[in-house]
Amino acid sequence: MATESHSSGEYIKHHLQNLTYGQLPDGTWGFAHGAAEAKSMGFWAINVDSMLFSIGLGLLFLLLFRMAAKKATTGIPSGLQNFVEWIIEFIDGSVRGSFSHQNAMVAPLALTVFMWVFLMNLMDLFPVDWFPYAATLSGVPHLKIVPSTDPNVTFGLSLSIFFLVLYYSVKMKGAGGFFSELAFQPFPKFLFPVNLLLEGVGLIAKPISLALRLFGNMYAGEMIFILIALMFGGGWVLAVFGGALQWAWAVFHILIITLQAFIFMTLTIVYLDMAHAEHH
Amino acid sequence: MNFNATLIGQSITFIFFVWFCMKFVWPPIMNALETRKKQIADGLAAADRGKHELELAAKKAGDNMRDAKAQAAEVIAQAEKRAAQIIEEAKVAAKEEGDRQLAAAQANIAQETNRARESLREQVAGLAVAGAEKILRREVNAQTHAELLGQLKAEL
Repeated sequence: MATESHSSGEYIKHHLQNLTYGQLPDGTWGFAHGAAEAKSMGFWAINVDSMLFSIGLGLLFLLLFRMAAKKATTGIPSGLQNFVEWIIEFIDGSVRGSFSHQNAMVAPLALTVFMWVFLMNLMDLFPVDWFPYAATLSGVPHLKIVPSTDPNVTFGLSLSIFFLVLYYSVKMKGAGGFFSELAFQPFPKFLFPVNLLLEGVGLIAKPISLALRLFGNMYAGEMIFILIALMFGGGWVLAVFGGALQWAWAVFHILIITLQAFIFMTLTIVYLDMAHAEHH
Repeated sequence: MNFNATLIGQSITFIFFVWFCMKFVWPPIMNALETRKKQIADGLAAADRGKHELELAAKKAGDNMRDAKAQAAEVIAQAEKRAAQIIEEAKVAAKEEGDRQLAAAQANIAQETNRARESLREQVAGLAVAGAEKILRREVNAQTHAELLGQLKAEL
């Protein structure tokens, strides 16, 4: 029992470890074996699997949409164009609904966020063992195929959006306007330290909640897939039950991955809208 | 949760993707959508206009038809009237001509009758004078009895 729990612990840890490239404790550069080694690499290391899969999925999205854009006709749209137009109209509707200012960047940004996050989440539906097992066979120690279960990825997105929010806040209201928005409300001006603290926390909470929401949902979903996968090793009754569970969870997960992508996109639009809005 | 340079890599990738999407994906598709929307709107408007024009044309055609019918009826009525008038005029002219010719014939007849009567009278007078001369060869002097002879001639 002890060995089994040990091995399931190992199994879970193995599945939750990114393929990290950085400086090893002995001074050479290479892939980390295990979480402790990855942690010891410090900031100047890179999760190769997250980068490869996220860039690959992003390129897949851009390629597909670029193909449709190139062949876009004003006549009867073909299958791909139809699909792309459907998504674009959906995004355009969301942006029109939540964003009440003029900015040509917001809609393409929302499209990129939605499609990219959706595709990254979609990787969650692949059975958890396929890719890591194939990787192990070909000598790669770890492989996480769902980039959105890596906090680096979600924070990379949300911090970029946060900088855009800061940029547009200053651009639209001026540095003074932005500061007064943070310092002179909701309480009277003489309480500005309290105001600053409250509004500052609110401001910082935006990117953190945005990133953690996506990361948490995807990480938890991945974890449940891993736990279900553990059942396959527990006799054929458990294995059949696990198969049914995995199917059910995957079906439910289709909803979650779409919903999370949609929430991420909508909040991005809303934050940018708030950055453009003048407070009085 | 250990953060590393993946964070920066992701941000750079994200910015590049957004830039690409903004430059090469969104505008062409949006253009196509807008253009198609406009084309459909134009098409519908054109269809409406066409329908309206068709209605107008049908109305105009009906009006024209009615006008033409009315005109034709008028023309026919006028023609009939004119025909009746012509017939009437012809009748009058024929009657006048007939009357004139009748009168001329009558005058001619009267003239001929008079002339015949005149010549007859002269011949009878001549004959009477000749008969009287024969009877009264000696006693009658033409000069003395000229007056008497003239009187006789007038009485005939």
